[in-house]
Amino acid sequence: MKYTPSLGDILQARGVSRRGFLKYCAATTSLLALPPTMVPRIANALEQARRPSVIWLSFQECTGCTESLTRSSSPTLEGLIFDSISLDYHHTLQAASGEAAEAARHAAMEENMGNYLVLVDGSIPLGNPGFSTIAGISNYDMLMETVKGAAAVVAIGSCASFGGIPGADPNPTGAVSVKDLITDKPVINVPGCPPIPMVITAVLSQYLTFGQLPELDHLGRPVAFYGQTIHDRCYRRPFYEQGLFAETFDDEGARKGWCLFRLGCKGPITYNACATMKWNGGTSFPIEAGHPCLGCSEPGFWDKGGFYNPVSTTDIGSGVALAGAAAAGVAIGAAAAAMSRRRQKKTIQEG
Amino acid sequence: MSSIDEITSPVPYVRGNVEPILHEVVHALDRLLKEQEPTIIDLASLPFAPGELETLESYLGSGELTAELEALGPSQIRETAYPGVWWLDHRNTDGEVVGRYLEITRIPEILMSQDADITAGRARLGENLEGFESGRSNGADA
Repeated sequence: MKYTPSLGDILQARGVSRRGFLKYCAATTSLLALPPTMVPRIANALEQARRPSVIWLSFQECTGCTESLTRSSSPTLEGLIFDSISLDYHHTLQAASGEAAEAARHAAMEENMGNYLVLVDGSIPLGNPGFSTIAGISNYDMLMETVKGAAAVVAIGSCASFGGIPGADPNPTGAVSVKDLITDKPVINVPGCPPIPMVITAVLSQYLTFGQLPELDHLGRPVAFYGQTIHDRCYRRPFYEQGLFAETFDDEGARKGWCLFRLGCKGPITYNACATMKWNGGTSFPIEAGHPCLGCSEPGFWDKGGFYNPVSTTDIGSGVALAGAAAAGVAIGAAAAAMSRRRQKKTIQEG
Repeated sequence: MSSIDEITSPVPYVRGNVEPILHEVVHALDRLLKEQEPTIIDLASLPFAPGELETLESYLGSGELTAELEALGPSQIRETAYPGVWWLDHRNTDGEVVGRYLEITRIPEILMSQDADITAGRARLGENLEGFESGRSNGADA
């Protein structure tokens, strides 16, 4: 029987001390938005975990999602995810090309039938198979062939999750999402343009740790990271509550860091973890940098009436609409926050 | 210095998250003293406004003990000016923060030598001693 090293074996072979492993587990627990008291359990699970085979398929995409995950050229804690998985096929990262690459994909499928994960970035064109092919194989044919023996499929980024920019009006290639095509396998959507890299790592870590897929919302997104809106956790929320808004990008309100609602911020209708996890290792996120949220983790965000038009803009008068939307937003936000806290509590109890 | 270099606000950011966390630390210290139960607060999970995290760190200050750990990147474990309240900063090899915690405990577990590392170290020392002894027996007649 082929020996498959566990993550513990691999880290030990790399000379990673137990302290280093505990540090890795602490970071993973934080990524999973779990209480720090679960670190020992995560450590125990990851030590025993066998590396699942992962096949990464790239279709109509800009490679931004891969860039998001592989930002650093030196080993990092996030990069350790690549020690936790056996990445058997990836266009940008693999050394093989041509027939050797496709042979590697088929070998991984046969050896791990029923157990491998398929990760997809990019949308799939249905208009004409020639719009996007790999080794002469259309994206649709490659997807349908590869997922046959998969345990689950993870759609990385908004293109794979919802169609993304290729799917934006007028959708010239007939782009569709993974979920539009795969109905007989579990599909996890990890949207964002790109997704926060730590979220990608955390979803894979959760699968390794608990051996099961995370709790998902109605759009197939992990509730742990997409259970609250940007608005719910935004540090500028007090200004929204007081009606203090920046009206232009260089006025007094902008300089004082007031709410960006009137500048088109889609925070109230966007579910993501940017406000807490932030970007670039927790440095900042768009709103903190002074730019309204684009709503990039929501379906069809490219076609939602413009990035700089307020969410509530209607024909009946912006003043009334804004006040009504603000009041509704507070109520909806509070309810959503309460629901997501209940969901997170359930995840912890079941975990 | 331009006007955008200094961002002021009618709502002091310090009232956002700093005060509630300090109250949580007080309760955690009570729990540590009465029930011997440690508490860990994951600072990465809290939506700090710009400057709030620095305010919290400055408020808690530094105590007698600071430890530097080099494992998958640098980490600093520092007891604050309030004994039993530890500030942990974990960074990767690029210096990016991957975890930041407050631990209310007698000593954070990561500072303690781990069984697996002790076992590996003991084996290594045993091998090195064999070389040491054989080297001494070779040169003993000189």
